[in-house]
Amino acid sequence: MKEVRIHGRGGQGGVTSAELVATAAIAQGKYAQAFPSFGPERRGAPVAAFIRVSDTQIRTREKVYTPDIVLVLDPSLPGLVNVAEGLKEGGIVILNTELSESEVREKFGIQSRLAMVDATKIATEELGLPITNTTMLGALLKATGIVDKEPLFEALEKRFGRLAEKNKKALERAMNETVVTG
Amino acid sequence: MANSDAIVGWKTITFGCHILEPGNAANFRTGDWRSQRPVTDKEKCIKCGMCWVYCPDMAYSQDEEGYFVANMEYCKGCGICAHECPKDAITMVPEEG
Amino acid sequence: MSKRVGIEVSIAIAEAVGLARAEVIPAYPITPQTHIVEHLSEMVANGELDAEFIPVESEHAAMSCCCGSSAAGARTFTSSSAQGLSLMSEILYIPSTMRLPMVMVVANRAMSAPISIWNDHQDIMVQRDIGWIQTFAENGQEAVDLTLHAFRVAEDRNVSLPFIVNIDGFTLSHVIEPIELPDQEDVDKFLPPFKPRYKLDPRRPITMGPVGIPEVYTEAKVAHDMAMRKAKRYILKAWDEFAEIFGRKYNPVESYRTEDAEILLVTMGSISETAMTAVDAMRDDGQKVGLLRIRLWRPFPSQEFRKAIGKAKVLAVVDRCLPPGAVCGPVGAEIRSLLYKIPGAPKIFSFVAGLGGRDVTVARFKEIVDKARQFAKKRPRELYEVIGVREK
Repeated sequence: MKEVRIHGRGGQGGVTSAELVATAAIAQGKYAQAFPSFGPERRGAPVAAFIRVSDTQIRTREKVYTPDIVLVLDPSLPGLVNVAEGLKEGGIVILNTELSESEVREKFGIQSRLAMVDATKIATEELGLPITNTTMLGALLKATGIVDKEPLFEALEKRFGRLAEKNKKALERAMNETVVTG
Repeated sequence: MANSDAIVGWKTITFGCHILEPGNAANFRTGDWRSQRPVTDKEKCIKCGMCWVYCPDMAYSQDEEGYFVANMEYCKGCGICAHECPKDAITMVPEEG
Repeated sequence: MSKRVGIEVSIAIAEAVGLARAEVIPAYPITPQTHIVEHLSEMVANGELDAEFIPVESEHAAMSCCCGSSAAGARTFTSSSAQGLSLMSEILYIPSTMRLPMVMVVANRAMSAPISIWNDHQDIMVQRDIGWIQTFAENGQEAVDLTLHAFRVAEDRNVSLPFIVNIDGFTLSHVIEPIELPDQEDVDKFLPPFKPRYKLDPRRPITMGPVGIPEVYTEAKVAHDMAMRKAKRYILKAWDEFAEIFGRKYNPVESYRTEDAEILLVTMGSISETAMTAVDAMRDDGQKVGLLRIRLWRPFPSQEFRKAIGKAKVLAVVDRCLPPGAVCGPVGAEIRSLLYKIPGAPKIFSFVAGLGGRDVTVARFKEIVDKARQFAKKRPRELYEVIGVREK
């Protein structure tokens, strides 16, 4: 079982990206859960969403405390929140950042494996908005393979209709541009 | 005193405690309760029917001449008809005995 | 063919209510129930569900509308949570003794104060004695299945009682997970049209809800109690029929790894899944631990529960409700009274955990079992403790 924690700000679509990954994994025949950090919705506040994906039935209702993967949608969050908190050994933090690996490690003190992409730039160019939730799914695919691309694209089409094309393009670009460290 | 004052058993009570016989209030002769009765002065009565409208026991009905008359089997003597009558045609008179 | 989809549990419940062809849905939104009724109102507005959605002005009005709707012979659904459920309270006792079938999904939530929108079972324990049939769902699939089952049982002419399906707020209501949504054809087979024993019909007038004088009231209440007890037979029968059509079998009490278990955890609702994972871990450590999950809460499945205990020496009952000043938690109290003075009955320890959205983790279940084991050795009369509470 793989556990994912998504960090975003209220309104950035973190819950939607969790939903997309879980529905895609389920369509692929796997077991999955997606859920928000329970509570009132507050636009702009740092929020989290969670995903579990497994080949066998998931029998827990605990929150995710020790993720295998952390996905950070907003470049300002690693400075505010300890995004690597509870990360399992061998886990990976996936960042939306324009910084280099050494800059990230120095500035945020993250020691785990890293994947990095400037998703804000890609989203602004491809979608016309700095909303990075779907773009960052490209980085998630590149760095982890937690879900296949085809079912994820189908989930995007279902969710966004005619807007899916742009999101798919942004996602593909992020897949190509994501840098994964050793 | 009996150890149960029930008038119906849990096995025989109606489903959901519904009353399945419509209008069975007519079985209860509330006229027994009466200590005073309404008497209508036909000189004053304009047959407006306000007594019929306000009577809580639906005791009033219209006779052949069009006057409203209370059925003494149901009239419980509350006096609402006398109170509501716009012509003060109804007087409450004590029952004898 | 039924289809397995990734779907939010609330949305799946609304879809199930649609598949059940609900006819009248009076509802008032409250977190965490909101998504259920929002989706139903969308389904009605989009013409996907031929029903009256009545956006009432309060939960009190919602439940009043439900009574009228059921009395008129319509298949009736509503949903609520916490303070909203409590606002219905005045009315909740009425459809049950009046034998008016309807289904309500309660997305369980803590009672304020302090204000909490998060999950526990305090809202439904307040309503323990309203005389509705009550089940608890462990996961999203159950939430869907138990909703369909609730309509089938409630409207059975041998039962004719209102029915609450409890689902944990947020922990179930807001989770996306794989759920098999049944076919319309199968649901129609399982759930025939609602044919009430009596209904309000101007062509055949009857009176519903008359005064019950002291010479009648006790008998009316005993008739209701007996109807609840008799309902168990039809609850089980409907689960058998459900299994035949949909292939998923439900029981009033489910046992998990109870063979040779000395200590049994007892749970209700979605923490049962985490408890199973905890039991697996403790079994791997060689501990003789098992789990009983109560699915049917009212009528309480006394026989089934007694049988399920087997030879266990200790029951660790986990309540998600803290009744101030009480002897112990409500589920704990129920089980203590069930087993009182039965020869060889296990010790019964009552724990309260998971209030107001606090997570009940695998580690917490291990802590509960450890405590139960220690206290069993010391032979105390009873143990009642709030787990994971901070003192200073």
